[in-house]
Amino acid sequence: MTTFQLQINGKSHSIDVEADTPLLWVLRDTLGLVGTKYGCGIGQCGACTVHLNGTAVRSCSLPVSAIGTKKVVTIEGLSEKGDHAVQQAWHEVDVAQCGYCQAGQIMTAAALLAKTPKPTQEQIDNAMNGNLCRCGTYHRIREAVVLASNKIK
Amino acid sequence: METILKTNRRDFLKLAVTTSGGLMLGFSWSNASAMEVIDHATFAADVNFNSYLSISPEDVITIFSPNPELGQNIKTSFPMIVAEELDADWAKVKVVQAALDTKKYERQLTGGSGAIPHSWERLRKAGATARQMLIEAAAKRWNVSATSLSAENGMVVDKSANRSLTYGELATEAALIPVPTEVKLKDKKDFKIIGKPIKNVENDGLFTGKPLFGLDFYREGMLHAMIQRPVSFGTKIKSIDSTAAKAMPGIVDVVQFKNNVAVVGKSTWQIIKARKVLKIEYEVDSVIESSSDHDKLFKDLLESKEATVRRKDGDVDSAFKNAAKVIVREYQCPFLPHNPMEPMNFFAHVKADGVELVGPCQLPDNSRNDVAKLLGIAPEKITLSLRDWVVASAEG
Repeated sequence: MTTFQLQINGKSHSIDVEADTPLLWVLRDTLGLVGTKYGCGIGQCGACTVHLNGTAVRSCSLPVSAIGTKKVVTIEGLSEKGDHAVQQAWHEVDVAQCGYCQAGQIMTAAALLAKTPKPTQEQIDNAMNGNLCRCGTYHRIREAVVLASNKIK
Repeated sequence: METILKTNRRDFLKLAVTTSGGLMLGFSWSNASAMEVIDHATFAADVNFNSYLSISPEDVITIFSPNPELGQNIKTSFPMIVAEELDADWAKVKVVQAALDTKKYERQLTGGSGAIPHSWERLRKAGATARQMLIEAAAKRWNVSATSLSAENGMVVDKSANRSLTYGELATEAALIPVPTEVKLKDKKDFKIIGKPIKNVENDGLFTGKPLFGLDFYREGMLHAMIQRPVSFGTKIKSIDSTAAKAMPGIVDVVQFKNNVAVVGKSTWQIIKARKVLKIEYEVDSVIESSSDHDKLFKDLLESKEATVRRKDGDVDSAFKNAAKVIVREYQCPFLPHNPMEPMNFFAHVKADGVELVGPCQLPDNSRNDVAKLLGIAPEKITLSLRDWVVASAEG
């Protein structure tokens, strides 16, 4: 066991885990932040996407020892009241079917728009490409990213 | 939305009476037309009812959705049907997932595209009955004929006198109105909720990371387990060496059951790691199921005399003969696992006096009976609370 000091959703957390523990399991098992989902565990589905210093990363494949002082933001910390432009757009378009992948989709979309507020269709497709949706809501995801982009001034 | 009913029915009813009063309706599933109103006097009676609709004096309309949510949004569509006939203000409807209760509910399962067809009329009658009772309660209070009143958007309206009362204001009085033996259902052209795009009632929770799914359920002190299954059907375990796995940090036990090996430990990452160092040897004990197996199965079926034409529209032969262009394509589908995105999971707390189960499943009653059989206890000793299950997309 090793002690790590993590910056998650604007708060500092001191946690005691094995150094190879992926961030996903620190979030879910240790801190109870279960909004970040476990899908494949091998970085293939995107359900576990969080932000690391603003970049979308797969938390299932990121050992806690690699985080250091970088800032982690999860779906729970994306906005205080659940009203981030991407969350609003997801609601307005009613994107989800089962919803399991959507926290990851939202985090990827939010990271894209933070860097590229007015993405082209191609940029949207490229950014969202690694997030799988078993229900196939891709057309609504694309529509919601565009809507969120329009909401961001 | 994320409330899971853990209290038993009687406790819940008592709670409902003492804290909120108001109107509660239970529906007998055995006969869609026989509706029981559960008023204060009969709360304690052991009535065999199905689903609840309750309206609190604070104007909250609670609709219990008994069937498992598999991602097909039944937790939204069931209440929509009730709310339509109730003429409820959809914004005030609160949906609660009901736990497994074979006394209250019939066909508490989701599958075969059967949930809505089975419940359509029952849900409509439930809403319409409550609506009529609310109208009658208003008629009584205003001392006018019920036929002169109408309901809209969660209110009973007296147009001639330009007055209205909310359902919440009428709920407690409506609970004392005898249940009408006949109710009028709406003409479909007057539907305001059914057929309209209504957003998933879970949206807020889904988009802010609330614990809705089976894997999101945590209980202080619980252990985690993960199963190693054979890589294919047609193989069985020859030998297991779990020495290394058992020696890893946090591992409590390694257990073999049937053709599976479960690693039990204190945290998910610890069991994931330990499962990787299990040494399991498998041997082939029958045909290994494969795509070519299934291709052959279908090919043989098509060529056999057993295959019969189930549907034939028009004249296919002449349509092909007269077509401007004929495109020939062959489509094949490989043998695929029917895996949900959320790994299959369940929470179980086995106690001396019973078992508590919490998780996602399609056939909760069957699951409970299986667990009862496995443990050699009566199904009544087992409670099962439902969580969202995410395999629905595989059903299409």
